[in-house]
Amino acid sequence: MGVVARRRGVDVASKILMGAATVVGVIFLFWILWTTLKFGIAGMHWDLFTKDTPPPGTDSFGLRNAFVGSLTLLAVSLLIGVPIGLMGGTWLAEYAFRSRTANAVRFLNDIMLSAPSIEIGLFVYAIMVAPMGHFSAVSGSVALAVLMIPIIVRTTDEMLTLVTSDMREAAIALGAPTWVVITKVTWKAASAGILTGVLIGLARISGETAPLLFTALSNQFYSTSLLQPIASIPMVIFQFALSPYANWQQMAWAAAFIAVLFVLLLSLVARWLLGRTQELK
Amino acid sequence: MNGPETLAGAMPGRPKSAGRAWPLAIEFLFRKAAALAAFLAAAALFATVLAIAYDSRLAIHTFGVWKFLKSSEWNPVTDTFGALPFIIGTLGSSAIAMILAVPISFGIAVFIAEIAPRWLKKPIAGAVELLAAIPSIVYGLWGLLVFAPAFANLEPWISQYLGSIPGIGLLFQGPPMGIGMLTAGIVLAIMVLPYISSIMRDAFMAVPSSLRESAYAMGATTWEVAWQITLPYARSAVIGGIFLGLGRALGETMAVTFVIGNSDMISASLLMPSATITSVLANEFTEATTKLYLSSLIYLGLILIAVTLVVQFLALLLIRRLGRREGVAA
Repeated sequence: MGVVARRRGVDVASKILMGAATVVGVIFLFWILWTTLKFGIAGMHWDLFTKDTPPPGTDSFGLRNAFVGSLTLLAVSLLIGVPIGLMGGTWLAEYAFRSRTANAVRFLNDIMLSAPSIEIGLFVYAIMVAPMGHFSAVSGSVALAVLMIPIIVRTTDEMLTLVTSDMREAAIALGAPTWVVITKVTWKAASAGILTGVLIGLARISGETAPLLFTALSNQFYSTSLLQPIASIPMVIFQFALSPYANWQQMAWAAAFIAVLFVLLLSLVARWLLGRTQELK
Repeated sequence: MNGPETLAGAMPGRPKSAGRAWPLAIEFLFRKAAALAAFLAAAALFATVLAIAYDSRLAIHTFGVWKFLKSSEWNPVTDTFGALPFIIGTLGSSAIAMILAVPISFGIAVFIAEIAPRWLKKPIAGAVELLAAIPSIVYGLWGLLVFAPAFANLEPWISQYLGSIPGIGLLFQGPPMGIGMLTAGIVLAIMVLPYISSIMRDAFMAVPSSLRESAYAMGATTWEVAWQITLPYARSAVIGGIFLGLGRALGETMAVTFVIGNSDMISASLLMPSATITSVLANEFTEATTKLYLSSLIYLGLILIAVTLVVQFLALLLIRRLGRREGVAA
């Protein structure tokens, strides 16, 4: 076999292998999405939204407390995470910019971005749950906020850096102080990008389970108190999937279906927003 | 107070505004609030490590470092704890995940960057990235109720053919249960695939097209360009992406907890149930009855965060190196 034929053979074989690798990745995606859809729709029941999680051994359905709990947790973590993330990213892009300190903060923030979420759970357990003496919704929200902040800091920083200097200079030339330049000009110019970051952050924390294990725990009953343990969709999946009851497993699938749907919708909106900001450039 | 004004672009830093006297108070507060937020974001990492280290002080004091690492006894009844089974489980399942995920991610990245027609690049990249959006608890549920039963049908075949090979055959012994270290490794591989492949893909795309085109002009095939031109150029970011995926795999909790079987026995076979640091934390944390038990669990968390921080630190350094080189070349 000649050199050319061998080289061509290697090339064709490698292309087939690379294509096969891609097919493997895509097959697993569709396999997971398909089973979640199939079992999730089979597990759909009107009672899921109107009744609370049933006690073991009964064959009724209900996830109301988990939905309300998840929404409460997400709302409070947005309240904590968005201001800190937004201001942190603003400091990096507008005040510190290319200084040494800013780069160090960016590096630490990037490490936090991919820190294991279970460690954040242990951290919030140590600073909130242990001193308070019991699990609580607010500690769960703090843990989720800690996971969300690095994402918002990073996207805010990147999106503000994309805003051209002309806009800042024009505003300064009109006599605007820096904080007015930031709030009225650069934040507005980067608003779609910043919102994308918040949505990506929300998508990431909405399915998180590990940090809630040590903080919000779960609650069989309906609760909106921030000082009590609270139920949530991911924790319900964790508890119900490992149970021997058929209706509990069905509810786990229904909850997983809704969680996946929520995350995919958020990612799609985020991607659409991001695409729009890039068109404007 | 800000010193002389600087021309934007001429100096690193932003142009500054003089403003009037009365909004200076707001300006001051706004600036300090922003600085405080950035400080909090950066300090969170140190606070996490310190808080976890502080909470594990009782276990560190009781067992020391070396004794805890090499002891395989995990017995809540006698209050003796050792980390070895969980360290082996964590490293073993992550190693399997990397062995499977690295070649597949490389294939996907090359396919998107070099082989796929233009109209196919975006949909495929988007589909692979969707794998990262699926919550890990859903991977766990799917792994336990769908993948593990399907995999159990395959296991007799694996132990029959691979188990009879002398040497590595020891890795594939045991009853076909569907759950165990190998299943956990496979599920982890699917989960880290999008992270590794997207960093590899970005690195390949960042290779200057002049390099690629000159190689093609010399008559190189697509494979030769990918293997001999783009891969060496993007090497540091590729290794960084692998480390990033490794960091993810080491710290992944829910999916692993569902499929690894949760046994603190050390077994040579990959088909046997095992446990990782994260799975034992998830399973036993709320059941820890004594202070030493709880502290030992948190000590496991401290070991894990120390390892993942080193891995992630290396990953970021390597990924950033490519960015710097690009800056010089441009």
